[in-house]
Amino acid sequence: MSLTLENVSKIAGRATHIADVSLRLESGSLNVLLGPTLSGKTTLMRIMAGLEPPSRGRVLFDGIDVTGVPVRARNVAMVYQQFINYPTLTVYENIASPLRVSGAPKDEIDRRVEEAAHLLRLEPMLGRTPLELSGGQQQRTALARALVKRAPLVLLDEPLANLDYKLREELREELPKIFAASGAILVYATTEPSEALLLGGNTATLDRGRVTQFGPTIEVYRRPADRITAEVFSDPPMNFVSAEIRGGVARLAGDVSLPASGPLADLPDGPVTLGFRPNHLHLARAEGDTIAMRGMVSVVEITGSESFVHVRQDGAEWIALAHGVHELAPGAPIDVYLDPRKLFVFDADGRLVAAPDRAAAA
Amino acid sequence: MDKPFNNKAWFLVLPVFIVVAFSAILPLMTVVNYSVQDTFGNNQFFWAGTTWFSELLASDRFHEALWRQLLFSALVLLIQIPLGVLIALCMPRKGWGVSVTLVLMALPLLIPWNVVGTIWQVFGRGDIGLLGYALNSLGFSYNYVQDVEDAWITIVVMDVWHWTSLVALLAYAGLRSIPEAYYQAARIDGASRWSIFRLIQLPKMKHVLIIAVLLRFMDSFMIYTEPFVLTGGGPGNSTTFLSIDLVKLALGQFDLGPAAAMSIVYFLIILLLSWVFYTVMTQDEDANRKEGTP
Repeated sequence: MSLTLENVSKIAGRATHIADVSLRLESGSLNVLLGPTLSGKTTLMRIMAGLEPPSRGRVLFDGIDVTGVPVRARNVAMVYQQFINYPTLTVYENIASPLRVSGAPKDEIDRRVEEAAHLLRLEPMLGRTPLELSGGQQQRTALARALVKRAPLVLLDEPLANLDYKLREELREELPKIFAASGAILVYATTEPSEALLLGGNTATLDRGRVTQFGPTIEVYRRPADRITAEVFSDPPMNFVSAEIRGGVARLAGDVSLPASGPLADLPDGPVTLGFRPNHLHLARAEGDTIAMRGMVSVVEITGSESFVHVRQDGAEWIALAHGVHELAPGAPIDVYLDPRKLFVFDADGRLVAAPDRAAAA
Repeated sequence: MDKPFNNKAWFLVLPVFIVVAFSAILPLMTVVNYSVQDTFGNNQFFWAGTTWFSELLASDRFHEALWRQLLFSALVLLIQIPLGVLIALCMPRKGWGVSVTLVLMALPLLIPWNVVGTIWQVFGRGDIGLLGYALNSLGFSYNYVQDVEDAWITIVVMDVWHWTSLVALLAYAGLRSIPEAYYQAARIDGASRWSIFRLIQLPKMKHVLIIAVLLRFMDSFMIYTEPFVLTGGGPGNSTTFLSIDLVKLALGQFDLGPAAAMSIVYFLIILLLSWVFYTVMTQDEDANRKEGTP
């Protein structure tokens, strides 16, 4: 089984929600839609589900055109960020509801509800109503409802966003396993790059209704096709500095020059943008850090195990992710260090021209 | 461990207490005072004990007015609540239609009560009223001044016209608070229109509907102005509701003692019925809450 989107666009009034998206999702695969709020993840899912038709393009299921087919006539399951259950029905009845609509025999309903409840550890809650459950249990109920349907396409729209940290970790680990056994095409929307990486599978990065890249998650992370993809797939956001390459020497903004080695080697002369991840911008010189730059501390956010140090340097604002607590006064001068082998190089159009090799990127 | 007791809190409650005392408790006490005494004017009072209460509770006149009142409130609730919900379901959820419908719905609520009575009084007249004239021309013999049934129908229709929008607006507010995702989820499940109403919309509207039922019950139980203007309680005593009867007793006959006793009984009936409504309607929720707490 497979789901194919062919040049799908969604335009409402003058706003373009989805612009020319083509994707092919295989059964049994986990596909992450990664993008910030309003990047079109939910709209794309709605088009996949048949909740709304695309303005242009085709949706194919197993090669059969289902573009105009409404959601009722398809077999789709969807779970939302909000915990959506029937408020007056018990957990059992909630899970059974899609089966009741399809008119399954009673003993089969019983069996499948038990099975789903077992997988989502809801067995002791079956007699309760959703209002008597914790948020995590309510979302488990919604997930069980999606699971019990055995739909070939399961859409999860930021299902863990409203849960607290601990429950999120727990469910995130269980989710792919639970649905993997069903052989469904699993689509998972999230705003968090770390969530995409933890889930694995494939990732499609979205930016303003456009899929900027689609491939195995770790590959997209290692080699973002362009600057926008790199920005979407980096949290805290990737740092950028403009540079000029001329005759084997890279001249960075802020009067820093370095020999064009590593990713910078063998590049044609001209302006480029260099990107580097916050965890590679060091506050103390580490081995290989041949670039040293002086900036100014603007803000420090301390989470405990890590500190996010915002550094202003020659008009650009960077973030350095450092281990431990770093108490730095805003406005104080600060030296930051960088290994040139960790640099991503983007050309003037924002396309990736060189990425750190695997060994260096670790 | 004892909770710290903060005396300052009393000062914060004091203003409200004073206002309530002057606006509600003191007048109520005056009524209580009248209800246990007899007076012939001249500021002379004689102790009457529970005489007025026992007379009132035994009087046919009071029983009849009470039954009329209960029937009226029941009719009003049975028509207005379902009709209001139905209208709310049909109201547009977005676009320019929203504000237009909201204004149209709010219009009857903005008209003063005695004006509503006057409007329908004229509207229903056989000689110059649009409704009365039209009905009579169509061959119905309609006359709300002489026919008991016609008078009742007119008053009920008038109240439905006046107050259904309140129920509709409340129900609409309840419907609007349902996230779009619920409807989507139901569509994905393949749920029918009826299931969506029964399993999503009705439970989500429950709280505003409880408010609507309480408001409409209390208001309809105390209705005075509109029927007073329209029929004056007639024909005969057929539309003499409790409040109209009370005013006849107090101002028409100047029986202040019996009228005061009736006011108190009237007040207690409303209180009791409102409490019964509320308890019945929130029953399952309380049960849930008790089960839910470990």
